[in-house]
Order: sequence, then structure tokens, then C-alpha cells
Amino acid sequence: MINETEKAAFSMEALRGGDREEFARFVETYSTQVYRLGLKMLNDPQDAEDMLQETFIKAFKALPTFEGRSSLSTWLYRIAINEALMTLRKRRPNQVSVDEGVETVEGEIEPREILDWCCLPEREMLSVESRKFMNEAIQQLSPALRAVFVLRDIEGLSIKETADTLNLSETAVKTRLLRARLRLRELLTVYYGERVVESKRA
Amino acid sequence: MNTTDTCNALVASLSDYVDGTLDPSLCIELEQHLQSCQKCRIVVNTLRKTIELYHEPTSSEALPQDVRARLFLRLNLEDYLKKEV
Repeated sequence: MINETEKAAFSMEALRGGDREEFARFVETYSTQVYRLGLKMLNDPQDAEDMLQETFIKAFKALPTFEGRSSLSTWLYRIAINEALMTLRKRRPNQVSVDEGVETVEGEIEPREILDWCCLPEREMLSVESRKFMNEAIQQLSPALRAVFVLRDIEGLSIKETADTLNLSETAVKTRLLRARLRLRELLTVYYGERVVESKRA
Repeated sequence: MNTTDTCNALVASLSDYVDGTLDPSLCIELEQHLQSCQKCRIVVNTLRKTIELYHEPTSSEALPQDVRARLFLRLNLEDYLKKEV
């Protein structure tokens, strides 16, 4: 996904030099993705908007020192995700760290809810109510798992890009991704499972 | 190893499996197990569906015009606001 936009190549010289027109183009290109990242991480439009603005303010200030060791989009995602994690930290002090509390005991990931809800009609799965539930389910993930899931499975970054963005190893990204996906599968199974039971009763 | 132990041992491979990046020998082992284990088949199917549902982009998450306008204003880029729809 980001590689496509990356092709709309930017003049790094202009961006580093603070060229406003080029920066406007940069904002235009990435603002939707940054805002969506904010919505998924924070589940609050006002917080997402604040995070969006702060991200580009920081990016503008940091662009002169951008070294190009990662792609421009990965670099921007890194600023954005850190903003989001900082907002979460303010909400619940002492609780948020990308590194904490993830590698817990084996066995926790074992599936419990076994019910096939794949047969539900698309309109049911994509209804406004279902979407709302799905967004709330993401909020039940720890910020560490949430960040990995949102970048990889919603924004469509590769494992490597996700690892670069979060400054984690690819192995750590995979472990967290597995946990996040299995946890969401459990939550969605409970939610859609009720609908399967209802539709059979009807 | 009884069935439940096999299921639990294979859980760790599921994420790579649905991404198509699982090591080929493990993949064969997993698929053989799936043929005989309905429980794991359901887990794989619903896991795939979960990922697919979250991946669907929703138009409501496009940047709203007012959010975009306030962003450009905050960045002192209001001259460039009119240029695009």
C-alpha cells in the first residue's frame, strides 16, 4: 500500500529545505493514512485529529534531519505511531509501553471459541454496528499488540516495514501479530456467533 | 500426542499459515492435521475471515474535509487547501 504512494516521488531536497508546496503535497499524500491510523489506535475522532496535526508538525520540524535510512512513509508512520502511543499513555499513565507485557505464558493463545460464522451474509458482517464492534475490539488489545495489528493488517505494511516502524525484530512482530489476530478472532467469534445462533432460530 | 496437543502445538503456526509464509514442511503437517480436525479448520477459517474483515477499507475513514481544512490551517498551508478536492 505505501509503496504505491511512495512512487509519487518527493523531492527530498525540497522537503528538507522546508519547501511549502512540496510539504503540502506530502501532507496531501499521507494525511488519510495517518488519520486512519489515529482512529484505529485511539478510537476517538478528536484524539485522532490532534494526533494527525502533531504528527505533521513534528515531521516538518524533523525533515531537515531525515537521513533516508528508512523509507519516507515508514519514517512518518514511526512519528505517527509514537504520537498515538503517547496519547494512550496520557490516558492511562504507567500502563503503556510498546515493550511491556507481551511475552506471557504459553497456552494463552489457545483458541477457546469454536464456531464457524463465515457463513453469515456480508451485509451483516459489514454493517455499521459490526464495524463499531470491530473497532472496539481492537481497543481491547494492549497498545503493543494494537500497534502491530493496525500497521500490518489494517494499513497493510509488510512484517519488515512494521518491524522498522516499531523498532522491533521481525520475530517480535510475528509473535505479537499472532496474539493480536487470535485474540480478535475470539472476540469476533463471540459477537458473530450470537448472530449465527439468532439466524438459525429465526 | 493426542489431538488436543497437536492442535495446541500448531496454533503458533497459524499466523504464518494464513499469510502463506509458513515453512513448507510445517505447512504439510498442518494441512494433514486440518483434514482430520474440524475444530482447527474452523479456527483457520474464522481467523482468515477476521483478518479479511479488518483489511476492508471503509470509505467513512477517508479524511473528512473539515479535518483536512483544520490540518492545513494548523500547518500554515492554507494557500494549498483550495488546489485539490
